[in-house]
Amino acid sequence: MAASKTPGSHKYRVVGTRPIRPDGIDKVTGRALYGADYYFPGMLFGKVLRSPYPHARIKSIKFDQALKLPGVRAVVTADDLPEADRKPQQMGEQQVSPYYLSWNVLARGKVLYDGHPIAAVAATSPHIAEEALKLIEVEYEQLEPVMTVEQAMKPGAPILIDELRNPEDGPDQPTNVATHLQFKRGDLEAGFATADHIIEREFQTATVHQGYIEPHASVGLWNPDGHATVYTCTQGSFSVRTLATKVLGMPEGNLKVVPSEIGGGFGGKTTIYCEPVALLLAKKTGHPVKVTMSRTEVLRATGPTSGIKERVKIGATKEGRITAAQVWMAYEAGAFPGSPMAPGAMTVITSYDIPNLLIDGYDVVVNRPKACAYRAPGATAAAFGAETVLDELAEKIGIDPLDFRIMNGAREGTAQPFGPVFKRIGFIETCEAMKKSEHYQSKLTGPYRGRGVAAGFWFNAGFQSSASVYLNQDGTASVVTGSVDVGGSRASMAMIAAEVLGLDFDEVRPVVADTDSIGYTDVTAGSRVTFATGMAVYNAAQDIVRQLKERAGQLWECTPEDVEYDNSLLRTRADVLQPQQMTLKELAARFIRTGGPVVGRASVSTGGAGAGPAFAVACIDVEVDPDTGKVQILRATVAQDVGTAIHPSYVEGQIQGGTAQGIGWALNEEYVYDSKGILRNSGLLDYRMPTCLDLPELETILVEVPNPIHPLGVRGVGEVSIVPPPAAVANAIYRATGVRMRVLPMSPPRLLKALLQHRNGQEGQAAAGR
Amino acid sequence: MAKRTLVETTINNETVELLCEPRQSLLEVLRDELHMTGTKEGCMTGDCGACTILVDGRPVCSCLMLGVEAQGHKLETIEGLANGTELHPLQQKFLENAALQCGICTPGFLMSAKALLDKIPRPTEADVRYHLAGNLCRCTGYDKIVRAVLEAARENG
Amino acid sequence: MHAIQYEAPTSLEQALGILAKHGEKARPLCGGTDILIQLRAGTRQPDYVVDVKRIPALTGIKFDAKSGLRLGAAVSCIEIFEDQTMRRHYPGLVEAAHLIGSLQIQSRASVGGNLCNGSPAADTTPALIALGATARLAGPKGERQVKVEDFVLSPGRTVIQPGELLVELLIPVPARHAADAYLRFIPRNEMDIAVVGVGASITLDGDKCTAARIALGAVAPTPLYAAKASQALIGKKFDAAAIENAAKLAIEQASPIDDMRGTAEFRRHLVGVLTRRTLERAAERARRN
Repeated sequence: MAASKTPGSHKYRVVGTRPIRPDGIDKVTGRALYGADYYFPGMLFGKVLRSPYPHARIKSIKFDQALKLPGVRAVVTADDLPEADRKPQQMGEQQVSPYYLSWNVLARGKVLYDGHPIAAVAATSPHIAEEALKLIEVEYEQLEPVMTVEQAMKPGAPILIDELRNPEDGPDQPTNVATHLQFKRGDLEAGFATADHIIEREFQTATVHQGYIEPHASVGLWNPDGHATVYTCTQGSFSVRTLATKVLGMPEGNLKVVPSEIGGGFGGKTTIYCEPVALLLAKKTGHPVKVTMSRTEVLRATGPTSGIKERVKIGATKEGRITAAQVWMAYEAGAFPGSPMAPGAMTVITSYDIPNLLIDGYDVVVNRPKACAYRAPGATAAAFGAETVLDELAEKIGIDPLDFRIMNGAREGTAQPFGPVFKRIGFIETCEAMKKSEHYQSKLTGPYRGRGVAAGFWFNAGFQSSASVYLNQDGTASVVTGSVDVGGSRASMAMIAAEVLGLDFDEVRPVVADTDSIGYTDVTAGSRVTFATGMAVYNAAQDIVRQLKERAGQLWECTPEDVEYDNSLLRTRADVLQPQQMTLKELAARFIRTGGPVVGRASVSTGGAGAGPAFAVACIDVEVDPDTGKVQILRATVAQDVGTAIHPSYVEGQIQGGTAQGIGWALNEEYVYDSKGILRNSGLLDYRMPTCLDLPELETILVEVPNPIHPLGVRGVGEVSIVPPPAAVANAIYRATGVRMRVLPMSPPRLLKALLQHRNGQEGQAAAGR
Repeated sequence: MAKRTLVETTINNETVELLCEPRQSLLEVLRDELHMTGTKEGCMTGDCGACTILVDGRPVCSCLMLGVEAQGHKLETIEGLANGTELHPLQQKFLENAALQCGICTPGFLMSAKALLDKIPRPTEADVRYHLAGNLCRCTGYDKIVRAVLEAARENG
Repeated sequence: MHAIQYEAPTSLEQALGILAKHGEKARPLCGGTDILIQLRAGTRQPDYVVDVKRIPALTGIKFDAKSGLRLGAAVSCIEIFEDQTMRRHYPGLVEAAHLIGSLQIQSRASVGGNLCNGSPAADTTPALIALGATARLAGPKGERQVKVEDFVLSPGRTVIQPGELLVELLIPVPARHAADAYLRFIPRNEMDIAVVGVGASITLDGDKCTAARIALGAVAPTPLYAAKASQALIGKKFDAAAIENAAKLAIEQASPIDDMRGTAEFRRHLVGVLTRRTLERAAERARRN
């Protein structure tokens, strides 16, 4: 077993080592059960009928022919769902309108995107269910699709949701703009007036998908007493419980959600799609029903994150001080309100201390699938513009781009654009670590090669978690949490408990429990599990230690305060008592005589966003083929402020994964809709995620600046690394070719066009890359 | 119910007789008929490699093969990669190198990597990347997977 | 997918009998890497699929120094890649076969299937056209031969009549100082469908080009033999100007469309780039032969 310590040196025994994750063996042998891997006696297979139009009124749905097909057991539509509450509600950590959620699960009245679910069938085989879908007749009245934020915001644009209003336009004005958010500080005009250089540019990014390899899958089981169970691949079993019971109109306590192993989520599995459908079909048939999506369904109807329009204007003095910044952004929400515009606005220039600023953000509905969270939601698209403009400014001023960032960088005490002041953060350290790195110091030579850097910020979430630790009679322990393990967090939970209890890693078994078996726990998202659930595990293990001291006190006839616990050894305080000592194992064997099993419990509520702000800096080398516009990534390094790295291998893995996704976003990934609003590339052939031939070795630099509000100094590490790569690649392409790309993805046709225009001396247009 | 066909094949060195519909892919047969769920569905179009198994020693997307085509062939799946309770070196190295995060692509990667090492026992990094290019992983950025395969090859030879 | 019947004949006669019986309702199944996707999408809906991989006449690679190559229609791409004779004599066709999809795809997909699928973007078809390959078909009325450049009629449609089967591809022996090459452009480094593909074969006599065939993929409704571009090279000095001229003529013959894989403008540009690069690659090989 690899046991090398993390690069930073610290005081821990287990934390910072690299043990083999406990669930690994099931995953390398094929035994681990993911969402689609459950089979129950009598189980039926469910399939979903989806709209072939992006915007249409449903006039009628007839499914009597489908029901007659041998093997078909039930058909459900929105008519089988109760009318949902229209008022947005706090559900776990998100604001959700049950009405929109229900409408997205099964369309009621209107379809709002190509792929919008309309009906579902349960049958004895998946093929029969599919055949039955073809027998359902839907009559549509087609409406004009609205595919972009520009179209949607235009006066007189077709309206997606008749009842949607926003405060600025008033109660009588139907609109596609769900929200306008603004952050202001200082005097913008005065700030720009003191600048020697001002750069203002316009940007556009494409709709992209999270791209998890496991399609959504759920199995619903319905009991005659109204209790139900759903096995599902989700990032949050408790949020599935809340959301699904709201849509189904049943008491929350009547649904047990069993989280399967999850084949990737990246934010895309924080809502519900198959779950209520599987439960509805199970209720109607009395059989377990498994509903799985195909890849095409995943791309057409789940995920994606918003494409945006962005304008960024930043001014700086000739010495390199940023004096003012203005950002305008409009995010595609998809069919229903709720793009990640707000976190985009809250992160776009938060890495910098800027005295005067104005940020405007718009959340705009369009006929695309409802946007779902994607790794640092909203931040990557926003940073693309800001970090490109900063690069341009640094060049104009004649300063190293990292020095420019260090000079203006946020530190402890810097106020964020939306108010809160940063506690101890590691942005400057992260920039400096990159500056010192072998990669940044190395020379890059050769034609059409260039190096770009960019930074990113993500606040990371806290929210609520529960944990139980059970001590066994042999002195080993199990740790139970409600946090779905999407990337190795079980190992971290076991390590934290082992650290506190003085056990070896192998003596602690971590378990992810269903919603009936552990206290409420928010989703595995927002880089919060190792932070918040880790804190709950830490506290639950401390609860055990407290009880062990009590038990030893009983045996030694002293108070718990007179007992010390160190590395699984209990002993009396030498200054007050006769020396006594006992190992944890010896004490565990005597639980029966000291009050029974020892159970530690803890729950935490760690606040919302900003629980452990993290920063990343990417340095990426590219080579551009000037004849084809194709970009090869030659080398990529990401430095990240990770707080205390509990399991460094999985911290590195998070950074590498985010970097790879950011590079895919930069170069090739995009939703391609035709003029009728139909998604053309709803498969992994033409939705082009990077293969291992498209990426180099991905180097990581872990900068360990402990988080002051966590007992072990943990910061979330899962998201921020995706933020810098698109801008870093754009900046690298500029240095390789002299062309500034301001549209994502920077795909070969787009880059070649810009290169050819650049050669013909039309830089202005080329820069836009359109 | 459409007519089912009898298929005799070898899976992980055991002779298996099964009934399936001609329209069922080999992937569906493995999962829905035999409940061998180690082989995963990611796309059903041969673009992600999650369903990779070996057929007569060659890597194949089991989603792009009919179950009936397995007649008389020798199939290897993830369930047969370990020798009893002894892990294959690739499995061990994937664990040691943290070469998996969510793990859904792992069975496919392991089978592709096995086909590679069976053919080229001491591959270069370029060999590894080429032979794994048909397997998508969205979690790891591939770095640790490539290292794990190279390490398994080193310790194997 | 709708219900299908599966047949796996073990001789050509048996296969032709089954195909004749079911006519348009039957379709051969080789590697399955296209047809299974089409069956699921409903874009092809045969009631019978006829697995041709167990027919000996379709599964051999036979090279004769006089009569050339007979490549069985069902030989998988990976078998072609691993065949030393193929690698020595037809490196361009081998590289085309080795570019299709992933290794998993190449383990199943065949050059014959790639041709019969009728896609304008098929990688091996331009390589076959560049080599002057001929397709040998068998059917209820006997055999016939069709030049590969005449084989595909429109996207997804070929000269094959109901009841007919592609048996093998006939490829002439390369001349002395001749070689072929195939290059394509894709956005990633693996897995994608060609945005443009160019196959070329070149025969050199010193610095003079004595024979040339250039073929284009993904720039018209069918794979194209670029006749003008090819003929312009023959009998001329093979230099940068000649290559440039051929590239220009190839662009003129291309009639690409805009789609999600690239714009027409981008494709035309790539035809020029890839024609140049493919010719240079083929010539470099030819000089070594």
